[in-house]
Amino acid sequence: MSVLILAEHDGQHIRQSTRSSINAAQARNEPVHLLLCSDHADTLAHEAQHIKGVDLVLHASAKHFAHPLAEDIASLIMKLGNDYTAILAAHTPFTRNILPRAAALLDVGMISDVIEIISPNTYVRSIYAGNILVTVKSSDTLQMFTIRTSAFKPAENQERAAPVQSVSAPDPFKRTRFIDEVHHVSDRPDLSSAKIIVSGGRPLGDQFEALLTPLAKKMNAAIGATRAAVDAGFAPNEWQVGSTGCIVAPQLYIAIGISGAVQHLAGMKDSQVIVAINHDPDAPIFKVADYGLVADLFEVLPELTDALN
Amino acid sequence: MKALVAVKRALDYNIVPRIRSDGTDVDIAGAKMSISPLDEIALEEALRLKEQNKVDEILVVSVGPAITQDVLRHGLAMGASRALLLEAESLLDQLGIAKLLHALVEREKPDLILLGKQSIDDEACQVGQMLAGLMNASQGTFASKLQLVNDEIIVTRETEAGTETLALMLPAVITADLRLNEPRFVKLPNLMMAKKKPIEIIPANELVTHLEPRIKRTQISPPATRPPGILVKDVADLVTTLNKSGALHS
Repeated sequence: MSVLILAEHDGQHIRQSTRSSINAAQARNEPVHLLLCSDHADTLAHEAQHIKGVDLVLHASAKHFAHPLAEDIASLIMKLGNDYTAILAAHTPFTRNILPRAAALLDVGMISDVIEIISPNTYVRSIYAGNILVTVKSSDTLQMFTIRTSAFKPAENQERAAPVQSVSAPDPFKRTRFIDEVHHVSDRPDLSSAKIIVSGGRPLGDQFEALLTPLAKKMNAAIGATRAAVDAGFAPNEWQVGSTGCIVAPQLYIAIGISGAVQHLAGMKDSQVIVAINHDPDAPIFKVADYGLVADLFEVLPELTDALN
Repeated sequence: MKALVAVKRALDYNIVPRIRSDGTDVDIAGAKMSISPLDEIALEEALRLKEQNKVDEILVVSVGPAITQDVLRHGLAMGASRALLLEAESLLDQLGIAKLLHALVEREKPDLILLGKQSIDDEACQVGQMLAGLMNASQGTFASKLQLVNDEIIVTRETEAGTETLALMLPAVITADLRLNEPRFVKLPNLMMAKKKPIEIIPANELVTHLEPRIKRTQISPPATRPPGILVKDVADLVTTLNKSGALHS
């Protein structure tokens, strides 16, 4: 028996989060099949074939996968599911929309956002915004779970090409209609896989992007934001770091004007090095920071941008 | 049009959870419990649709032991038309909750089902999608904007790259994200009046017979804490320290 992984891509590339789930799946010592759903075949399948740890690429190509609906992918997973011992994906907005639906269709319980795989049916995950860890055990024959991207290293490429097998996509679900999508265009690296993240809070105000972009560019960093900054309209929603946004663990996280609400800390406290710059010496962010600077961010931000080379 | 809103009773968001001294569970004894914040946003959205005369009945539902009625009363005080408790003494997993809600949906036949995208305690982010799957209905998860237009609900949802807009035929399941709305403040007279309203109670095992959880907790522990950090005196000091730490090199 084998493991099935739901791949995620942006039309051009397989996402780093998928590579993390491929590495996580190796713990099971079973062949790994990667399910790729797209409206066009070649480049994505080619990339998928060459990811280390992938033994077979299942490619479902259909016109309606240009804007894939959870309804459609979940019914495809249901069709394939009983041939597998485990079905997993990274815990991203795309996959966490799909996998629970597929789990219900397969009558399987699901474990979300796993940070450690202890055995083929036992996992560690966090609850209460990272304040508590729990070990959970699933009694289902088929295991379904999502993994936290930042807790598993992304799989690299390999020379060997795994075979590609096409699978037919079920007929499109008629009750849901795609209307449109809005992508915030940014030339910054992807938040979920960046090595360095420069993140800002509400005090940056409507100068949020103007203030953080020069520093982020200099460090080749992604830009993150607090919920308050996003709610105020200073930063787009996909930049939100926290328990209800993106959970990250980069090599370096620079928190600027961030007080450190529990929900924000849950999204970044596993970063390797944390730097906090805040004018309030009592801000909770300093409790998790490796290096803290108590200062006015409007003064030190340009200074820091200049000082880095 | 009828809306069903499912809410979870959870530790209030202002309270830092702690593990019980016997190490078996989270200590919630005597702690303030509330409707999980994203579920409250889902209820608020239903209330707004009712105020726009798009929805005429709101049924607020929860699953749990008898004490769960306190959050249902809060739902009534916010403005829900009816409240119903699916009474279950033991802990259920997400699939069990979804199955219970599905059985209730078959009985109540709502046009719209709303709930939060995830709870503040378990953060599983599963029940809405599972319920939609069991119903073979459309799902609009992580919703930041809703609009009822004729027989469809137009949902703007938050994605990894920005937002996406879908049109769903009813009945449909919607899960609320943070920015859908800001729930109203409940006035004291409304809280008092809600105390007199009836709450219907259905034993969970009357609706669904096999609810034994597939997923069970075997251990609970605090996370590792980070070693204390240091304060640097200025930007130059920070850059020197970062250079030494190696954090700037990829």
